[in-house]
Amino acid sequence: MNAPLRRVAISVLVLFTLLIVNVNYIQVVRSDELREDSGNTRVLTEEYSRERGSIVVDGTEVALSVPTQDTLTYLRQYPQGTTYAPVTGYYSLIYNSWQMEQAANDVLAGSDARLFTQRLADLFTGRDPAGGDVVLTLDPAVQEAAMAGLEGVTGAVVALDPSTGAVLGMASTPTYDPGRLSSHDPDAIRAYAAELEAMDADPRLNRAIQDNYPPGSVFKVIVSAAALASGEYTPDTVVPAPDTLTLPGTSTQLRNFGNSSCSSSQEQSLIDALTISCNTAFAQLGIDLGEDRVREMAEAFGMTGEGLEIPMETAGSSVGDIESEAALGQSSIGQRDVRMTPLQAAMVAAAVANDGTLMTPYLVDQVRAPDLTVIDRADPEELSEPVSAEVAGQLTEMMESVVANGSGRAARVPGVTVTGKTGTAQVAEDVPDHNWFIGFAPAEDPQIAVAVFVANGGGTGGDTSAPIAREVIEAHLEGQGG
Amino acid sequence: MIGGPSTDPRSAAPGTAIPTRRNTELALLGFAVLITLAAQSIVDVTVTGSLRPELATFGGWFAALWAVLHLVVRRFAPYADPLLLPAVALLSGLGLTMIHRLDLAGEQVGAAAGSEDAPVQLLWATVGSGLFIAVLVVLRDHRLLSRFAYTLALVGLVLLAIPAVLPASISEVYGAKIWIRVAGFSIQPGEFAKICLIVFFASYLVDKRDVLALASRRVAGLELPRGRDLGPVLVAWALSILVLVFERDLGSSLLLFGIFVVMLYIATERASWLLIGLGLFAGGAFFAYQVFGHVQVRVDTWLDPFAYRDEGGYQLVQSLFGLGTGGLFGAGLGGGRPDQVPVAKSDFIAAALGEELGLFGLVAVIVVYLILVERGLRTSLVVRDAFGKLLAGGLAFAVAWQLFVVLGGVTGLLPLTGLTTPFVAYGGSSLVANFGLVAILVRISDAARRPATPPAPPKQAIGEAPTEVVTP
Repeated sequence: MNAPLRRVAISVLVLFTLLIVNVNYIQVVRSDELREDSGNTRVLTEEYSRERGSIVVDGTEVALSVPTQDTLTYLRQYPQGTTYAPVTGYYSLIYNSWQMEQAANDVLAGSDARLFTQRLADLFTGRDPAGGDVVLTLDPAVQEAAMAGLEGVTGAVVALDPSTGAVLGMASTPTYDPGRLSSHDPDAIRAYAAELEAMDADPRLNRAIQDNYPPGSVFKVIVSAAALASGEYTPDTVVPAPDTLTLPGTSTQLRNFGNSSCSSSQEQSLIDALTISCNTAFAQLGIDLGEDRVREMAEAFGMTGEGLEIPMETAGSSVGDIESEAALGQSSIGQRDVRMTPLQAAMVAAAVANDGTLMTPYLVDQVRAPDLTVIDRADPEELSEPVSAEVAGQLTEMMESVVANGSGRAARVPGVTVTGKTGTAQVAEDVPDHNWFIGFAPAEDPQIAVAVFVANGGGTGGDTSAPIAREVIEAHLEGQGG
Repeated sequence: MIGGPSTDPRSAAPGTAIPTRRNTELALLGFAVLITLAAQSIVDVTVTGSLRPELATFGGWFAALWAVLHLVVRRFAPYADPLLLPAVALLSGLGLTMIHRLDLAGEQVGAAAGSEDAPVQLLWATVGSGLFIAVLVVLRDHRLLSRFAYTLALVGLVLLAIPAVLPASISEVYGAKIWIRVAGFSIQPGEFAKICLIVFFASYLVDKRDVLALASRRVAGLELPRGRDLGPVLVAWALSILVLVFERDLGSSLLLFGIFVVMLYIATERASWLLIGLGLFAGGAFFAYQVFGHVQVRVDTWLDPFAYRDEGGYQLVQSLFGLGTGGLFGAGLGGGRPDQVPVAKSDFIAAALGEELGLFGLVAVIVVYLILVERGLRTSLVVRDAFGKLLAGGLAFAVAWQLFVVLGGVTGLLPLTGLTTPFVAYGGSSLVANFGLVAILVRISDAARRPATPPAPPKQAIGEAPTEVVTP
């Protein structure tokens, strides 16, 4: 019986080898695939078992993790509810993460390289590893004023510190409660997501940076910049301002807003054309300057078609294709294929406010380790220099006039020189216009640059958007003790 | 049969002291206990942050258990193979650790109270040790077992049949009708039936092996047995089919038939039996696949578990997730989420080990089984009597086959069956029965390594030992 016994012994060896080979296949070859499978909740529970860092605004946690009793050790909470939703985004079991939660995930989850020494220390002290905090540049007063101003409409507000590029406010409406998307109850999360999806405008879209819209007359600031920078124009240069302009090579009649007349003499100074937002004057001005100068100036202001990382990725802004002089005329008043994000609109105002230097916008002021030591601090960077200080001064003068005498009167703040430019962009027949306002204040020492966008507001930028800008500017200047 | 390898202890000159290797066993047992206690400490510290006071009680009890077993072996089976007991100690120690770890995981997620299964399992290990001692003390010569072969066959069949005739409320868990559940106790009689039937097979096949081996017809180049000699094979086959039909127990059915065919092969040395067995098995399996829904489900989910990830494939997919996430080095004891696999304590404990100990840990466990099985098979090679040979071979192969079927199922190599991982998985009947199985192996290995001229004459000469058929 020994011969078959030996064969059985060898067979057992073969069977066990098969087991070992198969286990190797699963635990080595297929390991990554199995670990990353969406049905494998292990990675998720591991993620939830670490205390995720907080998102902090002015010393207050607007997103934080609190310990719970269930399998997922920590629950993400947003104490201010809807106010910071456009910036924080959510941290969901089902829908992954969004906005700052997504963009700063490495820091918040504790896997960022800048937290390496901290992790090493945790390893030796046996402390539970935790994520780092992200301190935002937002000014709570600005954020609250912006969200309150947009209540009831679909739109966005972006406020920048012109001298640094720090984002002081970023609002987008309609808004939502990120806490309800970040709960531990999958059914409740799905139900809330379905509710949001059923709305006309999905609240999860951050309209301040994730979508771009025709800027309308706001774009005239850039055309003005191109004109002044050419050296052939000053604010007082008289330009043609006819009641109707027949676009070159077409029979299309371009008119002014409400078929009004810009000037009885059919011509006016550049500053007056901007003040009353004369369409025919700027269409002709764009055509006279030529596509290259308009496009180059737009690109210098950031309308390159490329998005930024602030650290969330933003949509690009650009003037689009301009295939003819007629198209150039329409583009010069911010119609046709010209597209701007509200962030980009605020950047235009900020560059003018900052003596012609455009600073790169950013939202993260500091990164802190779990023990609150600051491990990284924002370092303001120049993005471009679209215009000289001189041209910036001339533009400031013209934009002051808009608020003082023109379409932007609703943005006036007592005791403060506010500058601005309104925009009313036609979208399509029978669809209400988009309403814009960009501006900064105070004119002599700019503290805040702001862009307000109201989608399909139906009124004019002056009626709808300028008052919101005023509230935002007031909120910030009051906070500054000014 | 005489004249094995030169390392055979029996080849030593008469009068020379044969090393009993009992101290080796003691050292290895100490190692196994140490590993277990270290593993338990790691689990406690990782999961709860501190050592539990209960660890001292557990450690003392666990160490005492093996100390006692060691002394019993020293006294009643001094020449026993020194690796068998330590292998079992290490496996059951790892099993207890993993069950304890899953207990803690249950507490963490706030599962219903009373999930303290590790102490219960330790109690069952103690009962198993009692059986182990009883076997060694009462059964001084394994050949005595062959006298009770037919009685044991009857007992085995009755044990096997009981759950089938009991009402489902008492006998059915997760669709398999293999339990007797009375007053809070649940017993799987099939685990004991397995051993009874192996003893019977060994005895029966030793008696009939000449007939089964020699009388044959040559058909198409293949030595086929006579029709009437096929009888026992067909009976065993039918039996396993009945188990499958009435108890919906794929695992036991496969286990019993596999063991029987291999023992038949060992007894007769004829490969034709393997082919016939394989043919019958293939036929039975095809039949079962066609007729039984639950077999179809098992096969379908085995072929593509991810297609049924929320239904029948859920367990297997979760098991694969655990294994895959564990990777090479594992999540560490207490560091994974083995509780996400359903019934991780019993059927899927190998997945839990693989997740927390990683590939290296799981392969190490497989190698410990391999040592246990190969030492059993070595005992079988060395022992003098044919019954002992066949019995030891059958028992050792039973452990190997069971592990292969279970681990193959848990890792997706084979369709999933409902068998337990011997010594490691949670379950009283399985643990106790396997302690009994190892006791018989230890007894046979003592006989195998005992010198031909014993240092001291045994107090009771075994006069009734049957004469042995010596084949060339």
